Amino acid sequence: MAVAARKSKAPAPSKAAAKPAKARSAKEGAGQAAPAPSNVTPFTKDEDLHAYREMLLIRRFEEKAGQMYGMGLIGGFCHLYIGQEAVVIGMQMAAKEGDQVITGYRDHGHMLACGMESRGVMAELTGRRGGYSRGKGGSMHMFSREKNFFGGHGIVGAQVSLGTGLGFANWYRGDNTVSMTYFGDGAANQGQVYESFNMAELWKLPVVFVIENNRYAMGTAVNRASAQTDFSRRGVSFNIPGEQVDGMDVRAVREAGQRAIAHARSGKGPYILEMQTYRYRGHSMSDPAKYRSKDEVQRMREEHDPIEQVRARLIREFKVAEDELKAIDAKVREIVNDAAEFATHDPEPDASELYTDILLEPAQG
Amino acid sequence: MPIDILMPALSPTMEEGKLAKWLKKEGDQVKAGDIIAEIETDKATMEVEAVDEGVLAKILVPDGSENVAVNTPIGIIAAEGEDVSAAAAADPAKINPAAPAPAAEAPRQEAAAPTAPAEAPAAGKPASVPAQAKAYDASSEFPAGAEIVSMTVREALRDAMAEEMRRDQDVFVMGEEVAEYQGAYKVTQGLLQEFGPKRVIDTPITEHGFAGIGVGAALSGLKPIVEFMTFNFAMQAIDQIINSAAKTLYMSGGQMGCPIVFRGPNGAAARVAAQHSHDYAAWYSNVPGLKVVVPYSASDAKGLLKSAIRDPNPVIFLENEIMYGKSFDVPKGDDFLVPIGKAKVVRPGADVTIVSFGIGMTHALGAAEALAQEGTDAEVIDLRTIRPMDIETVIASVQKTHRCVAVEEGFPQSGVTAEIGMRIMEAAFDYLDAPVARVTGKDVPMPYAANLEKLALPHIGEVVAAAKAVCYR
Repeated sequence: MAVAARKSKAPAPSKAAAKPAKARSAKEGAGQAAPAPSNVTPFTKDEDLHAYREMLLIRRFEEKAGQMYGMGLIGGFCHLYIGQEAVVIGMQMAAKEGDQVITGYRDHGHMLACGMESRGVMAELTGRRGGYSRGKGGSMHMFSREKNFFGGHGIVGAQVSLGTGLGFANWYRGDNTVSMTYFGDGAANQGQVYESFNMAELWKLPVVFVIENNRYAMGTAVNRASAQTDFSRRGVSFNIPGEQVDGMDVRAVREAGQRAIAHARSGKGPYILEMQTYRYRGHSMSDPAKYRSKDEVQRMREEHDPIEQVRARLIREFKVAEDELKAIDAKVREIVNDAAEFATHDPEPDASELYTDILLEPAQG
Repeated sequence: MPIDILMPALSPTMEEGKLAKWLKKEGDQVKAGDIIAEIETDKATMEVEAVDEGVLAKILVPDGSENVAVNTPIGIIAAEGEDVSAAAAADPAKINPAAPAPAAEAPRQEAAAPTAPAEAPAAGKPASVPAQAKAYDASSEFPAGAEIVSMTVREALRDAMAEEMRRDQDVFVMGEEVAEYQGAYKVTQGLLQEFGPKRVIDTPITEHGFAGIGVGAALSGLKPIVEFMTFNFAMQAIDQIINSAAKTLYMSGGQMGCPIVFRGPNGAAARVAAQHSHDYAAWYSNVPGLKVVVPYSASDAKGLLKSAIRDPNPVIFLENEIMYGKSFDVPKGDDFLVPIGKAKVVRPGADVTIVSFGIGMTHALGAAEALAQEGTDAEVIDLRTIRPMDIETVIASVQKTHRCVAVEEGFPQSGVTAEIGMRIMEAAFDYLDAPVARVTGKDVPMPYAANLEKLALPHIGEVVAAAKAVCYR
């Protein structure tokens, strides 16, 4: 298997990550890059510590989920976010209270980034009553109205129209919030994405479309599925501005996120961010990932890991002691272990739950 | 404490696998994320990553071992600072694996003896209908003393929307040609003028996209009325209707209600052929999480649409182009509501029950009149709502007449009338003096030619013949 994998022709990794962020206004026309910032705005020590802790929580949580899947505690499909942590954390650092998040099935990281409890997320993965959907949704279908997280959707691309609808509701109410609608390079080829782009720009809806280009739609490399592999240009014919962003650098993500969100919030309509990122694991738990070489994965992990980048900065630039980082790591492990423990022992939903939550009772009168 | 490495499950169905190869040796330092072994499943060779840090103290299952059951300890890791040889000597059976419980606590075992599930509220269980069923009494639906006016179905639908939009700022209408054009079938006439372009929204011709936007807005708490120019085009959007609108409440454990109405003309109009004539009542009726309403009269169109707009669930509201221009008595006033989920005995009778809905009611009522001429007294029931279905009102009638003919314009296989027949058999088999009969659209794509189209649709003569057959006359 290993031999076959090494033989497979994989596209050069991290072409994106090596490039500086490229901003492009659709109105300037294709191929004409706007002045790109030569350097991203650095984080303060506190920001780096925050990003480190938040990304680490996702990484450890996902590793634990993978382990629990292996033990049969998590069933069905389970898609891990490992490698892509900087995207959702950077975006959340750019967002403000009240902004909505919606995504597809690779959603655990988004939920944690929205402030949803590890216990509730993990217990949903194990199908227990303490899960966010009381065990009825599973890995791909979780929600929190309280935290403005609108799912967790299992149909590739469906969340793009739904997220545009969240933006529509923001526009309708005039409440100055923004819908952050995440989807992958695979979903970016779905028809309803373009129907949504058209209406979002037509009605100037406050939506930031975050395309998480992790280079593979399940097992199909971007260049084998997409005629236009520059996803920041996917809005050109609708006049939606877009940028390519180094999605492995949480600072670059936050900075681009701030630009995009400000654009959407100011009433100028939607904005597209192509986050150039990478998933270390297979598409789902049963994917051996033969479509790419081990070297490619290894190189991304060693040279572009989003968490390692922050960790190195904290040590090098902010002189944070190893022990302090270890303490953060220990704290994160504690949270994750507690979640796993809870999700293992929490009871399954009561059998009577089979017939609840199908319809809401209409209000009288 | 030493940590067991367990044989992982690597797919939803894996029970055992082959430990193909260890990539670490005993004594090797292991970091979280390191690939430590390769495992062959029936589908692929997968890599196993370490989750814990420490030293690989002992390999319990060697390279090449076949049929290793999921959750078997395959190795032992000595955690940081632990004595490796002591860890290696530990009895794996006594080691608590890292965090998750052993397989004995896995949900599958717990589920082995489930308690009896609560009774299905909607499904066709015999127990859900009492031995002596009671018909819903629709006679008090018209408010006492209300002025009665004659109104077309089209006007009734428009008034229902306008009244609800005046009542609730969160209600808006979107669809193709609903605003400036005043509706492709003029159902939204005047709404733009009264409510403005923010609440009466012309969409591009993109059903999939605007249905999804409507559902997203509803998840956010608004109450959209999404008009499909016809339900034939809603097939482009059916993923959003079913996967997003109908299922999200359940999948969110009751958090995410979706108060949305999808409405528009459904079924055959006149001479528009197969792609514009499909009746979708049976399709949507199959889906838990939806309500499906098919009004016949103008008063029901108005009262049910108002209820649908106020309903916190996704409602499929199936109209019919031919019915738009028909006039009926409608009570005046903003408070007139017709409850969803209640059938109506439109014509009482003693000899045979004819049950239908929507435009099918024209055949049912026409047949009842013809039968009366011949001395057969038919009771006619308008289902009005297909899901949840008020089968009790039908059963109450069948317990009286002992005979039933079900009528619909949709296709026969897995149709609404098939469901009616089954539900009667489950709940009132002993009351039947004849098998339930059905009259449906023919099992063919709708033809264009006028004579063929007529043949493809049910007609009064067929209903009369079926009624006579079940009465053995």
